[in-house]
Amino acid sequence: MIAVIHTVPTLVFVTSALLILIGAIGVISVKNPVHAALCLIMTLIGVAVAFVAQSADFLAAVQIIVYAGAIVVLFLFVIMFLGVDRREHIHFEPLVGQRAFAGVGVAITIGGLIALMARSHWVSGASSVTTKLSAGNGNVRQLGTAVFTTYLFAFEVTAALLIIAVVGAVLLARRERPVASEEAA
Amino acid sequence: MNVPAAWYLILAAGLFGIGAFGLLTRRSALIMFMCIELMLNAVNLTFVTFSRTLNDISGQAIVFFVMVVAAAEVTVGLGIVVSVFRRRSSTSVDELSELKG
Repeated sequence: MIAVIHTVPTLVFVTSALLILIGAIGVISVKNPVHAALCLIMTLIGVAVAFVAQSADFLAAVQIIVYAGAIVVLFLFVIMFLGVDRREHIHFEPLVGQRAFAGVGVAITIGGLIALMARSHWVSGASSVTTKLSAGNGNVRQLGTAVFTTYLFAFEVTAALLIIAVVGAVLLARRERPVASEEAA
Repeated sequence: MNVPAAWYLILAAGLFGIGAFGLLTRRSALIMFMCIELMLNAVNLTFVTFSRTLNDISGQAIVFFVMVVAAAEVTVGLGIVVSVFRRRSSTSVDELSELKG
């Protein structure tokens, strides 16, 4: 155990775990939404570090570009567009004992998961069913091959989903024109 | 050699728990969306860990699709938040009680 602690992968794991947990606790505990979005970026970068450590290179890049780049910027844009960066009353509880119930439920869920992992054989199933993760072949090439052959239909469906989501968001957020100007036009 | 997969799984379980706690206790719709992102990231981390453990690329391909769906979800969700804010000047979910029976 002592020998394992001083290796580089362990240091990387501890770094990513600290980034993830501190960022996540920040998201749920700070009052200002802008600070929460910045804490979310910290968590996302920690997850990207964990992806690199497990040789998921392409997903780490996508994590930084799409999540930390696009999604958090969208969050910040909406926060500043609406002007809701004033503070929320974080200690106000509309339902009595809500926080305690939430804590107990979450603790039971996590405890159950960890107990399941500790007491049973948690990796079940055959290994390398679709495509083997072979070192040296290139993570991007392998993932691209899987997405464009095995998962081609799902890939096309996500393309349609993205188009529908963009059109839906435009329709939802569009300001409705007053009737008078419509008649004039 | 890499660290044991169980460490990553426990980390992901902790991240999921923090996100779930925030989703249950915070009132602002924007913060609740961020907590959903935390939970999605915990699941992504689990998928990548099992992908490494089972030596199979499918876990990473599924994470790719989860990211696409998360992007679509955030787009539509923030559109709804903007639309609700126009009508009531607030993003607190406690004030959206018209459908209460």
